[in-house]
Amino acid sequence: MNQPLLVTATQKAGPRWTLAVGAAALLVLLALPLLSLLPDGHGLQVSAYTLTLVGKILCYAIVALALDLVWGYAGLLSLGHGLFFALGGYAMGMYLMREAAGDGLPAFMTFLSWSELPWYWAGTQHFAWALCLVVLAPGLLALVFGFFAFRSRIKGVYFSIMTQALTFAGMLLFFRNETGFGGNNGFTHFRSILGFEITAQSTRAVLFLLTVALLVASLYLGWRLARSKFGRVLTALRDAENRLMFCGYDPRGFKLFVWVLSAVLCGLAGALYVPQVGIINPSEMSPTNSIEAAVWVALGGRGTLIGPLLGAGLVNGMKSWFTVAFPEYWLFCLGALFILVTLYLPKGVVGLLKKRGEQ
Amino acid sequence: MLEPILDSGSGRDAIGLGQARGQGLDVRHGTVLTLEDISVSFDGFKALNALNLYIGVGELRCIIGPNGAGKTTLMDVITGKTRPTTGKAWFGDTLDLTRMSEVQIAQAGIGRKFQKPTVFEALSVYENLELAQKADKSVLASLVARLNGEQRDRIDEVLHTIRLTTSAQRQAGLLSHGQKQFLEIGMLLMQDPQLLLLDEPVAGMTDAETAFTAELFKGLAGKHSLMVVEHDMGFVGSIADHVTVLHQGSVLAEGSLEQVQADDRVIEVYLGR
Repeated sequence: MNQPLLVTATQKAGPRWTLAVGAAALLVLLALPLLSLLPDGHGLQVSAYTLTLVGKILCYAIVALALDLVWGYAGLLSLGHGLFFALGGYAMGMYLMREAAGDGLPAFMTFLSWSELPWYWAGTQHFAWALCLVVLAPGLLALVFGFFAFRSRIKGVYFSIMTQALTFAGMLLFFRNETGFGGNNGFTHFRSILGFEITAQSTRAVLFLLTVALLVASLYLGWRLARSKFGRVLTALRDAENRLMFCGYDPRGFKLFVWVLSAVLCGLAGALYVPQVGIINPSEMSPTNSIEAAVWVALGGRGTLIGPLLGAGLVNGMKSWFTVAFPEYWLFCLGALFILVTLYLPKGVVGLLKKRGEQ
Repeated sequence: MLEPILDSGSGRDAIGLGQARGQGLDVRHGTVLTLEDISVSFDGFKALNALNLYIGVGELRCIIGPNGAGKTTLMDVITGKTRPTTGKAWFGDTLDLTRMSEVQIAQAGIGRKFQKPTVFEALSVYENLELAQKADKSVLASLVARLNGEQRDRIDEVLHTIRLTTSAQRQAGLLSHGQKQFLEIGMLLMQDPQLLLLDEPVAGMTDAETAFTAELFKGLAGKHSLMVVEHDMGFVGSIADHVTVLHQGSVLAEGSLEQVQADDRVIEVYLGR
């Protein structure tokens, strides 16, 4: 009887239809890596390029979902989620660099004529520790930043600006060669992961499947959160924080929890992105990347779980086509898209579909 | 880390959390709220000036006063939104409100209704009441919380009291102004606070709704203590046995409505000649 409006609404719109589309999409995603394993020249073979492109978009979709948890549900617009994504990517990159360098130092350190690894590289040759870093680096940064931001009751546009500044500061820091992360070139020329050749079709297929698994897991997590009382408290927080406080809830803990969770999800997405794409550099932390993520969410539909995935898919699909066809106009197109969505589609594509469904 | 961050020196137990509120609050002296010599100044302007106010257990007190008399500031002080520059504020005999956060004060049993009806617009009426319900309100508890039968019954009961049973599944943002006012009052009831602060509860209500609200409040007094700030003198007359008149941040007069209406100073500053 007592269910969130969102769930009730999707039920009315036809749960079967939603499920069918979801299942079909999942099947396609599972089939792609298998088809990529077909021998060269086979009519149905999926190229490595396509697989990498779709895998990349799936990683972005996870970022969009993570951003939607804090923006769509809790009303905190972060314009710095690229930082968490990049940190997860760098943590994975450290492991891949060590794996590529064998017993020696990563190549960029040799160029700087460093003779030993900086202390924070310790243990990165172990995959398990790298995985811990993937979670810890973005998680701890988000925890510390969130703790002080929410304690000081920073919200709205001020919060957005601070997250933007944070990712910009991160970018400047990582651009420096002395920081020890390869400067503006970042990490690239990976060879293997856990002993498997990184460019092999089978490795790519496995990484792709892992990305699909993470996406499905994030979606399930988001769905459970949205249905729980926690999710309703977040919505309440977004709409009337004062009321919530006078109801006896401490908003800080709720914000911090969802904020850190979102950062960790981004970190995991980044860790899967790097081995698939084969490069990570500080430009991933540039403010425009984080703003683009906000566009994905806005376009797809804030406060829904499917919206951000649709948005990430649509915008990145368009981007891949645009940057080939009219490379110099992509940013204008992105800007125009954002303005159009803000003016005419405040609830995004999902809002539009729902409206259609109701008529 | 995710627990509410409490100010130093006042742990959970120190403020009586975790106990049923009725028994937790020490009211041996018969006053639920004690304000003594409270002053609040904003950049030299004294919004409250050496104010003294005592509210008894189960009392229904109306606060009236012209605009700028300090009524809303008074509520802010009690709920922890504004810290008094000087003075003492006690909830019951033991809880020092000047050292508690807003959340702690709410959890200790003071509920507040805002001047502008404030409900969670994106949630349904039912969900609004669910969130307000007295329960463990920590992050972890909220992640796993499910309503039990008793809690459902309580929500249904309050829905009935505020006459919103048929709108239970409606989105709160779609309610009329008066219905939102009732929903907010219902949320206060769900919180089951010892002391209810109501800032202009009948603003924008129809006459019928106002009359119903008066009945509701009279029914609440006794079990709860109420402090109502209101401009509508008809409404004040219909509910209050005790009225406090504020003027320039201090108490100008106190007594029954007839008494204060007969007071020369009150007539001069508020009721006008």
